[in-house]
Amino acid sequence: MDKATTLQVKHGLAEVAQEPVMTASSSRLLDAAQVKISTRNLNFYYGDHQALIDNNLDVAANKVTAIIGPSGCGKSTHLRTYNRIFELYRHQRVSGEILLDGKNLLDPNWDILELRRRVGMIFQKPTPFSMSVFDNVAYGLRLHYRMSRGEMQGRVETALRQAALWEEVKDKLDQPGMALSGGQQQRLCMARAIAVEPEVVLMDEPTSAIDPVATAKIEDLISSLKNKYTIVIVTHNMQQAARISDYTAFFYQGQIVEFGPTKNIFTKPAKKQTEDYVTGRFG
Amino acid sequence: MKEKSIAGRRFRDLLVRGLACLAAVIGIAFLAWILYVVMAHGLGAINWDFFTERPAPPGMEGGGMGSAIVGTLVLTGLAMLIGVPIGLLAGVYLAEFGGHTRLGECVRFTTNMLMGTPSIIIGVFVYIIMVVPMKNFSGYAGAVSLAIIMLPVVTRTTEDMLQLVPSALRESALALGAPRWKVTLGVVFRAAKNGLITGILLAVARVSGETAPLLFTALNSPYWLSSLNEPTGNLTVTIFNYAMSPYPDWQAMAWGASFLITAGVLSATVFTRSLLWFRSHR
Repeated sequence: MDKATTLQVKHGLAEVAQEPVMTASSSRLLDAAQVKISTRNLNFYYGDHQALIDNNLDVAANKVTAIIGPSGCGKSTHLRTYNRIFELYRHQRVSGEILLDGKNLLDPNWDILELRRRVGMIFQKPTPFSMSVFDNVAYGLRLHYRMSRGEMQGRVETALRQAALWEEVKDKLDQPGMALSGGQQQRLCMARAIAVEPEVVLMDEPTSAIDPVATAKIEDLISSLKNKYTIVIVTHNMQQAARISDYTAFFYQGQIVEFGPTKNIFTKPAKKQTEDYVTGRFG
Repeated sequence: MKEKSIAGRRFRDLLVRGLACLAAVIGIAFLAWILYVVMAHGLGAINWDFFTERPAPPGMEGGGMGSAIVGTLVLTGLAMLIGVPIGLLAGVYLAEFGGHTRLGECVRFTTNMLMGTPSIIIGVFVYIIMVVPMKNFSGYAGAVSLAIIMLPVVTRTTEDMLQLVPSALRESALALGAPRWKVTLGVVFRAAKNGLITGILLAVARVSGETAPLLFTALNSPYWLSSLNEPTGNLTVTIFNYAMSPYPDWQAMAWGASFLITAGVLSATVFTRSLLWFRSHR
């Protein structure tokens, strides 16, 4: 984060990020220093079925990158490779490279527990564990860090504050996480994910199971978190992508049809397919 | 096209509902009947001595089931110590790790077979592998045969209950960087806690009434438990012996013991259930 930010300030790269130029020699949108995650020829298979085809995508550090596209286009599949969570299932395999700060995270020698500490994830449905609000947030912390009780309390409070949940739960830290409302549960999951201080936070349709008011809160939260974290969000809600993201990738049938600054994707898309999708003509 | 008549639809609805109600009532009625009969005959035999004394010879006044109660508690407890951990872990293997593998298929198939195996066969099996080589009936052999009966019940309910836990929960724990075993024991087990406890209770209830597997293993004894390496007194075999005896006072004792087992299983279940209920509705 620091490196990228300094570079941006020094060389005025922030401007470049707003209006990047695609040259013929390089389809890469971002300067190398801004890239947090870079996928190279990523292919994904569910058994014999190929779900992702040659995905090349750069995720900018400390920005929100949205992945949009119709159902079944591979949005979630793509996201789920970044923390290798797909490895839980048989018959799912991947080829190609995903570079996290320049190192291939698909390398089997990469310590997967460390990878997942650095790359956190929020899911479609809130998934509080059957334990107290406090223990939910402390769960990840206890996995990765050893600390005193007082420090733990401090870290839990900080995470809950970052997730804009502290005021609502400070008097019920010992109550079950399941007792919170749906929107609160999702923010609890966010607090739990950011408590371990990841570098990247993946979000797989984080507001699709949540009411509009709670959705607005979570969107505000996402915007406030990008100063600290790199965020990749899968959403089927185009307005949401337009509201909160800096970059947008449009997926169709496992391929990345178009990728660019969100403004461009929604106002002057280069491809006909993208235009049809963002204007609601299909999908 | 003709519209279906509303009256016909109402009638069919009523019919299905009525039949379902009837079936439920029949089920509960038998349970109530058993409880009533056991209580009516057994309650009279229950007094202080029943819990504190050991059996008296026929014709003599007094005597109780104290030694058999202790024996049954110890046998069931020991069977739980053996059967529950193995059953839980086997269920974890089936649900979380190797359920789809050849070994997993084998384990699941054998577990189903074991569930349907008559308990007397398990008694004979343990007789052959433990009582014969050790050259005496023992509480250990009794506990082992009860544990074998518990095993498939615990394994199957554990697998079923763990499979009910949504995979999103596993994924979110894994996504925090938790190793698989911590996810299973710390998150999945917690989410399935009520189901797992119910499974264990079912298994305990099942074995606490078993007689056949004890006949060849723990046998029975009228004495207080001093070592598990000798025949061990227990309620079920005592009921079996006393109920078959010609002495009315022994028969009364058998009724009393039947009542005690029934009430014990019932109250253990109700107690655990209400404990779980209170915890989740606090």
